[in-house]
Amino acid sequence: MENIRIHGRGGQGVVTAAELIAIAAFYEGWEAQAFPNFGVERTGAPIQSFVRVDDKPIITREQIYRPTILIIQDATLIGAVDVFAGATQKTTVIINAARNIWPELKNKFPRLYLTPATEIALEIFGKNIVNTVILGALAKNTKIVSLDSLKKAIREKFAAKGEAVIAKNILAITKDYEKIKN
Amino acid sequence: MPKNEKQILEGSRAIALTIKNIGPAVVSAYPITPQTHIVEDLAEFKADGRSGFEYVRAESEFAAASIILGASATGVRVYSATSSQGLLLMTEVVHNIAGLRLPVVMTCANRAISSPINIWNDHSDVITVRDAGWIQLFAANHQEAVNQHVLAYKLAEKLRLPVMINVDGFILTHSYEPVVIPGREKIRKYLPAYRPSAGSYLDPKNPVTLGAFFTPQDYMETREQLHHDLVASLPMIKNEYQAWKKIFHPSDDEASGPKTPGRMNIDNGLISYYGPQKPDTVVIALGSVIGTIRSALRDNPRIGVLKIKVYRPFPAAEIATCLQNAKNVAIIEKAVSLGQAGPLYTDIAAGLTEVETGSLSKYNKRLNLKNYIVGLGGRDVTEKMIIEIAKDVPKKNHYLKFIGQI
Repeated sequence: MENIRIHGRGGQGVVTAAELIAIAAFYEGWEAQAFPNFGVERTGAPIQSFVRVDDKPIITREQIYRPTILIIQDATLIGAVDVFAGATQKTTVIINAARNIWPELKNKFPRLYLTPATEIALEIFGKNIVNTVILGALAKNTKIVSLDSLKKAIREKFAAKGEAVIAKNILAITKDYEKIKN
Repeated sequence: MPKNEKQILEGSRAIALTIKNIGPAVVSAYPITPQTHIVEDLAEFKADGRSGFEYVRAESEFAAASIILGASATGVRVYSATSSQGLLLMTEVVHNIAGLRLPVVMTCANRAISSPINIWNDHSDVITVRDAGWIQLFAANHQEAVNQHVLAYKLAEKLRLPVMINVDGFILTHSYEPVVIPGREKIRKYLPAYRPSAGSYLDPKNPVTLGAFFTPQDYMETREQLHHDLVASLPMIKNEYQAWKKIFHPSDDEASGPKTPGRMNIDNGLISYYGPQKPDTVVIALGSVIGTIRSALRDNPRIGVLKIKVYRPFPAAEIATCLQNAKNVAIIEKAVSLGQAGPLYTDIAAGLTEVETGSLSKYNKRLNLKNYIVGLGGRDVTEKMIIEIAKDVPKKNHYLKFIGQI
């Protein structure tokens, strides 16, 4: 079972990111569950969302306290909120950051990946919406979702938003996927 | 069931799609978190032309409930959904609907009640209308919520009783999980078009009076009859659940799977029990927390877990059967009757009296019955809490504990 916890702020699409992962994992043939931990509904407030992916039906509904994958959409939360709670040496940690300003994290979490999601988001959307962008890094570094299944999930989830939005989001995750490779 | 029929959906979406396929004639609702997504989806289906129902926007929950009451009284299928303060504002109408014997179906996305204000999940809202004369169903997962909505219309129309389907706010309404939505044809096979008999609804060609004034000479009989009809519906709920499962197969139980020797697996529409035949402890709960309970206790061969799917009418005999060989019982619930105990706890304690004689049954004398209040106002219920509760049950020094932190 993969236990994914996503940290971000209200307005950054933290909940949508979890839903996209679950939809993509479902397309890959996994059982999947996604749910939010809404705080007060306020832009900028720290928010978490959760995804479980397994090969058996998922019945537990507790929040995720021991993440196997941790996604930090907003690096300003590091130090402000205990985003690393329950993470271990085995946890895959993906942080939206252009460069590593936390040298101690690499020792603590050998599977640490940084991705310049904000840069990509500013380039493609003209604003700091990183929730889909950062999923490119997830596809690259885990086996639960592929770039193709994420693209399919984006097409489904954003169907009502129109082709232009879908195309930009797909471009964004693809770019993130490739950046991580380099 | 071919895998391609399965979709991954938000719980609210799954409920809205099921309602769309059931096809009520009138929908009326007032938005309140966390019910909102259900009624927004239905409004979208109406706007897109995918659904033909009348969608009546209301200025309050009191109005929404009154609108579906009136629509139902004209002999058509109706739907609404609400939560928390919304349900409280509907209270007067909720009682009227049952008294008028209208087959109204409504979803309650369960949420805490004020004050202090809190938008998150618990069962305090529905407990306030527990005694109103509705059939109360509780869903533990998306598939069960879908199935219970179909079942609800069948029961409502057959028994002329309103049915409320309770789904945990956020935990079910805002979560994504795989689910199969039954199509119109499949539903139609089980739930024929609603055709109430002449004289049972408001019709200018067949004038009747509904909701008349009843003097002390007659009022009492209406209550007695409503009570007896609710109690008498238990076997029908069981049968109707089985009949639906014959048409529509996706599993809606957390315990489904191969039966292991010595384990009992009862799943009958009123309750589901999974555990040993002679358990040391039985853990009982309503709603989505059952998944967490079953997951937390899955490796404990001495504990059985009992899910109650129908809370009113109360399936006391079914529960007593599951407890007959148990030593300890932990009743875990997300509501409290302030000044007494958890309402499910008092119901079970009462339900264990001998129905025939009115005397305390043999169970009561030796059963160690404990009540644990959890998850109020959206507090996360963790597997660790459940494991601690299971360890705590045999201790003799209390009967009620609030488990907020472990």
